[in-house]
Amino acid sequence: MKKERAVITVIGEDHPGIIAAVTSACAELGINIEDLSQTVVQGLLTMTLIVDITGKELRELQRRLERVAEEQRVKIIAQHEDIFRYMHRI
Amino acid sequence: MLDREEILETLRMILVERLDIRTVTLGVSLKDCASSDIDETCERIEEKLLSVGERLVSEAQALEEKYSIPIVNKRVAVTPVANIISPAVRELGEEEAKEAAVRAALALERAAEKLNVDFIGGFSALVEKGFTRGDEALIDAIPQALNSTQRVCSSVNVASTRAGINMDAVLRMGQVVKRASELDYMNCARLVTFANAPGDNPFMAGAFHGEGEGEAALNVGISGPGVVRAVLEKHSEASLGEVAEVIKRTAFKITRVGELIGRELSKRLSVSFGIVDLSLAPTPFPGDSVAKIIEAMGIERCGAPGSVAALALLVDAVKKGGTMATSYVGGLSGAFIPVSEDAGMAEAAREGAVTVDKLLAMTSVCSVGLDMVVLPAKTSASTVAGLIADEAAIGVMNNKTTGVRVLLAGREGERIELGGLLGYAYVMPVSERSCEAFVKRGGRIPSPIHGHRN
Repeated sequence: MKKERAVITVIGEDHPGIIAAVTSACAELGINIEDLSQTVVQGLLTMTLIVDITGKELRELQRRLERVAEEQRVKIIAQHEDIFRYMHRI
Repeated sequence: MLDREEILETLRMILVERLDIRTVTLGVSLKDCASSDIDETCERIEEKLLSVGERLVSEAQALEEKYSIPIVNKRVAVTPVANIISPAVRELGEEEAKEAAVRAALALERAAEKLNVDFIGGFSALVEKGFTRGDEALIDAIPQALNSTQRVCSSVNVASTRAGINMDAVLRMGQVVKRASELDYMNCARLVTFANAPGDNPFMAGAFHGEGEGEAALNVGISGPGVVRAVLEKHSEASLGEVAEVIKRTAFKITRVGELIGRELSKRLSVSFGIVDLSLAPTPFPGDSVAKIIEAMGIERCGAPGSVAALALLVDAVKKGGTMATSYVGGLSGAFIPVSEDAGMAEAAREGAVTVDKLLAMTSVCSVGLDMVVLPAKTSASTVAGLIADEAAIGVMNNKTTGVRVLLAGREGERIELGGLLGYAYVMPVSERSCEAFVKRGGRIPSPIHGHRN
């Protein structure tokens, strides 16, 4: 099966527990995290995670993350990686 | 591995700069729907559209979710209906033939409603050289057809570089615009008169499924004036050569998204992938404006001297960048300069910075023509025909597509609200000198010498 990945981006005011909430949501769905990076500039957090969604439903992950976004009061976007590959690579 | 900066750049384009896929348009052939009976023709049209287009909207929505990018419009384009109703109107009188054509428009409307698409294009006729019975019936029916539908779009091709300009058709279209506007000026937002109309254009009002197209094809129209403007604002000191380079790089990225959506959606619908149309299509939202791109290059107000050159640079750079990003370029590909749909252009028109004459000049280098321009309600059919003839001449002589989509409403300077993505416009003055004797001469203006490239 071809490996499929999604990119999760989290943007919002930094506070304790955001990484924990996002990563536990992934763990609950059995989704492995391959890369994680984050920066906080003047209290604003941007975090990107690259996760393996081979054989999983991206929609299910998106629904789960919508709940996390609401609880943590941040914006979370999960997209299939192809949009980034297409836009920046030939 | 994906680069974090690139991820954030993509997100900024979508979330802040309003990058979206402006339209996915499913072209469907109706050639096998023609019958000598109009009721049967209408039934076949509806049946075919419902079966071919059934999953268009749901699959497009699934892709919106998968990539978190809006696909603003889902549309259908069909074979020019004049060709499909030809056998049915052959034996009918003028009035009955017109009614038959209106019935075909209503069939398109019903199908569009059931498919839940925004618009359906192809209530069209290609008459650059002459009229068939079907063409005449369809053109006569346009005002009533538009007035009794919400989603049907109509286009008529009156000229081509190869055939010249059919001035009889030009005059008739002047009269059609006048009549359709009298019924309700909003009708004319769904009506365009073309020269050199492409058969794979995904944008309305001019989309139709052209001669030579297959059973069905999926065409994609990209967008992104806001993205280009934002990038240019970061390069305010750059030379124009560098500006072109920056636009090319941006157009490449925008187009790649169109290519991705087009490929995947056509696969999901099991139809062939037609083309990506590289047009920058503005919206009334702040900053999502082609006029503002021109202004970001250093023109105080769009329409000032230098505007044609700036637009030419933009269109060429968009094409060069976009061509590298997709396997199939088509449609109109360039930059649209509608007045009402572009808040920057509407404001420039209000101030008198951009005039009908300046717009005509700009259309010699843009991708379409006089688009969403509101002229005074009193404007005569012959003046509209004169403008159509001028636009057609620009298209024919420059071997490019040009079109006219004008609305006749209100008085000069009045603000007209069109609503939604159509925006608003101030009624623009147009010369009141008559061209009636010219447009009523009729006949065909021969094709130019460079039209004969064989």
